[in-house]
Amino acid sequence: MSKHTPLHAAHLAAGARMVDFAGWDMPVNYGSQIEEHHVVRRAAGMFDVSHMLALDLEGADARRYLRGLLANDVAKLAVPGKALYSCMLNPSGGVIDDLIVYYFADDRYRIVVNAGTADKDVAWMRDRIARTGANVTLEARRDLAMIAVQGPEARQRTWQALPGAEGASAGLKPFQAASFEDILIARTGYTGEDGFELTIPAARAEAVWNALAAAGVAPCGLGARDTLRLEAGMNLYGQDMDDDTSPLDAGLAWTVDFSDEARQFVGREPLETNGARRRLLGLVLDGKGVLRAHMKVETEHGEGETTSGTFSPSLEKAIAIARLPLAVAPGETVQVDIRGRKVPATTVKPPFVRNGKALV
Amino acid sequence: MSNIPAELKYTKSHEWIRVEADGSLTIGITDHAQEALGDIVFLELPEAERDVDAGEAVAVIESVKAASDIYAPVAGTVLAHNEAAIDAPESVNSDAYAAWLFKLRPADGADLGALLDAAGYQSEIADA
Repeated sequence: MSKHTPLHAAHLAAGARMVDFAGWDMPVNYGSQIEEHHVVRRAAGMFDVSHMLALDLEGADARRYLRGLLANDVAKLAVPGKALYSCMLNPSGGVIDDLIVYYFADDRYRIVVNAGTADKDVAWMRDRIARTGANVTLEARRDLAMIAVQGPEARQRTWQALPGAEGASAGLKPFQAASFEDILIARTGYTGEDGFELTIPAARAEAVWNALAAAGVAPCGLGARDTLRLEAGMNLYGQDMDDDTSPLDAGLAWTVDFSDEARQFVGREPLETNGARRRLLGLVLDGKGVLRAHMKVETEHGEGETTSGTFSPSLEKAIAIARLPLAVAPGETVQVDIRGRKVPATTVKPPFVRNGKALV
Repeated sequence: MSNIPAELKYTKSHEWIRVEADGSLTIGITDHAQEALGDIVFLELPEAERDVDAGEAVAVIESVKAASDIYAPVAGTVLAHNEAAIDAPESVNSDAYAAWLFKLRPADGADLGALLDAAGYQSEIADA
């Protein structure tokens, strides 16, 4: 039996094409994936991301516990509402999941994890609580829905849909959240555009979704979400990194904080021992075809592999994220094996597109 | 509800086939197939004079989502492919029966009788 988000009925009513995603029956598009992609780059679109799991971590040891659990350092979070992107590593330094942690107080955090890894994540976090004896409680919040409103007009239209929300959220900087009524408004997203992610009590989710639609925000499916995040150079868990991938080999070195030498987070030792062994770069296909995951890439410095690939609606070219030998630099020509054909591509430093503008 | 023109023949792998007056075949993918694929962004079509076997993967359709093979419905020789469709792959989404992909001259003794008619294809996709 597939799982349904609180917005499932709204998707069916809107004529969405539904697919299974990590056990959830989710909209892949509501018509044209490419149109949904463009509306986010040019105006405002919304995504049901309620399949992701919000977790509340509370207790006197919350900060200390997270400083040992996560590769990024929550000590950076000093202003209530500030958020941090981090990997959660296993003892071998592989990525259990990537997540966002929100700081409310030293004894109160919210963690949002991926849908496909949620059970594994919770089991790992509970195991760490037991092993470290940390005085914290971890509560899974399946009573909440999440809507990502993204695009250059996303904030304006959210304020139109939620009268009074502007006062609470106009001053938010990127990666910062504030409460408005029973909604948490965060200036975060997964598209490379400005916007909000709204966390809403399940019972109110459909009313907010409909109010956003009435304010001109277009429903968008997981298809567009994937092309948008790929253009934005953002990793997808399970594709661009996984339990066997070091964040240093997946373009995520910027999220690993070694600065406090006394902070022994899980996975630190193997990362420090091994360092970076692969380089994650973008590819733009010069020849004809479409790049996909798991295509072989030949470079002057050895072989690599694409980890995600698609046709970029913004660039109208095939693009990919690839894990390549460390020596490969941006601007090199490589050959990608597309079903037996060798097609030239150029390496670039992601992102490909940000805030509606092509960067490559 | 998919559009399935009565005058065409079909395959289980979602190609449509029009038997022309001169006995040649014009081949494309069905409306049902284009809808399932989503936005089509790239076509790789067979060159003229290529000999193909029945059921051979001869063309590739790439949508934003995935790559899909297109199969020769019968053995034969490719006569032409549709350059206009290569230049505008989205035309397969907007009218799958106008945007043909390639033309085939069936080999001697090629069995057209195994192709589905509209009703047969309709029940094929209803079962899926």
